[in-house]
Amino acid sequence: MCLLQSADQPAYVCGLGYTLIVSQRRWNPVKQATTEQTCYVSFYFRVISLIAVAGDNNKTSLMTMIEPVCTVSTPVFMPVGTQGTLKGITVDQLEDLGCQICLGNTYHLGMRPGPDLIEKANGLHGFMNWKRNLLTDSGGFQMVSLVELSEVTEEGVKFRSPYDCKEILLSPEKSISIQNSLGSDIMMQLDDVVSSTVTGPRVEEAMHRSVRWLDRCIAANKNRDKQNLFAIIQGGLNAELRKACLDEMTKRDVPGFAIGGLSGGEEKDDFWRMVTLSTDHLPREKPRYLMGVGYAVDLVVCVALGCDMFDCVFPTRTARFGSALVPWGTLQVKHKQYAKDFKPIDPDCQCPTCKKHSRAYLHALFKSDTAAMHHITIHNIAYQLTLMRSVRESIVEGRFPQFIRTFMKRLFPSGDQYPSWAVDALASVNVTLD
Amino acid sequence: MAGSRMQLELSRVVQGRSRLGVLKGLGRTGQHSLEIPGCLLYTHFGTVPHLTQDTLHTLISLPSVTQITLSHIAEHQEVLEEFKDGFRKFAGLHDTVLYCSLHDPATPSPTGYTTTKTVSVWGSGGRIELTVAKFMALQKTVQPDWYQSMYDGETWQNSASRKRVRKSVDRTLAHLDECLLVHQKSKELEGVEVFGVVEGGDILEERVRSARETAKRPVAGFCLDGLQTGSMDQTLRTQLITAMIKELPEDKPRLLHGVGRPDEVLACVEAGVDLFESIFPFLATERGCALSFGFDISTDPERAGRAPPAVLELNEEKETAGESQQNGDLNRHDQTQMTPFEMNLKEKRYQDDFRPLVEGCGCYCCKNHQRAYLHHLLVTNELLAGVLLMIHNTAHYHGFFGALREALATDKLDVLKKRVLGDGGLQTERKE
Repeated sequence: MCLLQSADQPAYVCGLGYTLIVSQRRWNPVKQATTEQTCYVSFYFRVISLIAVAGDNNKTSLMTMIEPVCTVSTPVFMPVGTQGTLKGITVDQLEDLGCQICLGNTYHLGMRPGPDLIEKANGLHGFMNWKRNLLTDSGGFQMVSLVELSEVTEEGVKFRSPYDCKEILLSPEKSISIQNSLGSDIMMQLDDVVSSTVTGPRVEEAMHRSVRWLDRCIAANKNRDKQNLFAIIQGGLNAELRKACLDEMTKRDVPGFAIGGLSGGEEKDDFWRMVTLSTDHLPREKPRYLMGVGYAVDLVVCVALGCDMFDCVFPTRTARFGSALVPWGTLQVKHKQYAKDFKPIDPDCQCPTCKKHSRAYLHALFKSDTAAMHHITIHNIAYQLTLMRSVRESIVEGRFPQFIRTFMKRLFPSGDQYPSWAVDALASVNVTLD
Repeated sequence: MAGSRMQLELSRVVQGRSRLGVLKGLGRTGQHSLEIPGCLLYTHFGTVPHLTQDTLHTLISLPSVTQITLSHIAEHQEVLEEFKDGFRKFAGLHDTVLYCSLHDPATPSPTGYTTTKTVSVWGSGGRIELTVAKFMALQKTVQPDWYQSMYDGETWQNSASRKRVRKSVDRTLAHLDECLLVHQKSKELEGVEVFGVVEGGDILEERVRSARETAKRPVAGFCLDGLQTGSMDQTLRTQLITAMIKELPEDKPRLLHGVGRPDEVLACVEAGVDLFESIFPFLATERGCALSFGFDISTDPERAGRAPPAVLELNEEKETAGESQQNGDLNRHDQTQMTPFEMNLKEKRYQDDFRPLVEGCGCYCCKNHQRAYLHHLLVTNELLAGVLLMIHNTAHYHGFFGALREALATDKLDVLKKRVLGDGGLQTERKE
């Protein structure tokens, strides 16, 4: 079993759920698990202690080893807590929703309150009092997208701080050093981010540079035993460049891979082909993180294409504008039509918001208090996490294709409204829609 | 009045005025009670500002009475009429007594919109004019357990003339009579209590007349209006309250509008007030501050002056806060200004302060988070700052009221006053 093989390389032990998903990629379910619980184990990287059970064939003992430090079941959606907080939600609420891993942004946290302070507070976990897993990005993406005056050289990304106008260089070493201070469970390498709509030599340059920066990041990581560093596959929308990047990066001993440079306004047809190309060449025993993806359809399709981890600010951002995610799309709570609608947002939803409040009350509350936003934020996180839980259950029970069909039917009023890219992408892994 | 079940049981009256007791028989079935001196739970449309029910219920001892205001509700009348089951159910509230007041005590309304027959409230969509008929129709759809009768409360804002004050007293009495008339004929309002509003600006005779006349009506309690923080100093407020209370029956509660500062609360309780609105913790939250004043009276009084570390910390903060108070003395009447009872967590000195907001505080915020984190949330404008501050401030404020009742019960009011007002600048300033 995969677990035992990987115990020889403890830096990236993978659990059963993960293996199960991979083996089901072409939808020939392999029933390996004896209990549902075992199936749910997916990946956990701080697993040096696993060596202790390396010779033990008993899956159950493995579970008890893993549980106390919070495992993450994949496929997983990771809510984004940019500045060390998830938009108005307390860490207890987030835990109660079943969230096992969330994101923090290195760029924002590196600026305010700064790595030194967070280190003093026992890392980001201590600073925000989040006991479960954290993933931090490299800071590169924000730098390029938020800071106008940034310049990329081989050394790193140079930019002017919007707070004190000082010139700062974010090098691969600096990014890792900040992330080491933040103490996240999963760190991302600094990559050279190019917009997915850019073509030409710049894309190739960025891909090669990302590989070189990966090596610098690996060398700079002071916390290898505790913090897992993921590589980020680049190469734009160019299949050859992506393949070259995959070939290079998979030679490195990293615990996981992210698929980067997508979800930036490119055509969906290009998007899914790049995703599936990447998963085709990534090692099956290591998790694949598709960055910046969070729409329900994208999540479901990309799980089918072999991705395990996702993040996106969309569910929480849209919540603050009164947009609630529901199995049939979205529900704009602030629209007048809900003023006298006394049903919950989603009658089948088990989240605290839907259990206590009606559309009409939330509609009215938006005019009186910010708590209205928190209610929708909670609902939307619950929606995302529940969606992924259902995906996992259907995989475990060997009925993921059927799940996808039901999911699509609910989301779209009729079959001819299915996005063609999704139909094609699913067909490529032998899932046909009704 | 038919069906009046509310009962005030006084267990002690200290120095002839400060009352300790329990308000019993609250709610339509009479199963709730509220200890006095006490405060109500302040809400925006049934929601404690920033808090969902999950975060609110991390607080263990919440007041049993929730205050809602027509300024938030009036624009949704049609919705509530269609809903039919009353505001409590509409807002997803369950085990609480609903008290419906006219205005939001934290947002002063513009003056000049009151007529003989109408008052105005301001909602998100602008001004809504209420006649008694419309006011009562709203009460019937809201279905509160108590409500405040309609009143003309404009006289506090710009030193109103004697004539204007007299008019406000007359109108408020006329509104009360009309409200009661409709109330007694309304089946929907059976068992619901009405509070009469006492007006009179800063004119003693009008205060007395308003109190005396209101007391003649079949009301369950009294709202003392027009004495809010910013409208007058505490000496005058105490005088007026003392005069009014002489006219009010012993067995009915007195609720004071718009006063929430701990020093003013203490002075008003000493003058005979029973109930307060809890806008103070909300206002502190809105200015990014955490309530931090001491109110622990269990400590040995000999040690209190010498101060264990936690107290030293608080005193030190109070002094600094006191300084800024003196500097900003011109703004003393502005409710949005910081008071000496709180700490401004945006200040740089909290940046690397890894202590809880208040040492020993048992609230969710203090048990889980540090000043440095709150500082970070405030400087980055994160929504969680409001959530965590509101939790702490609510807990702290209700803790203060608990201590106040304990002090009355154990003859320690002086100890409490010393604790709350401090031995330093604050007390001297108050005596000036």
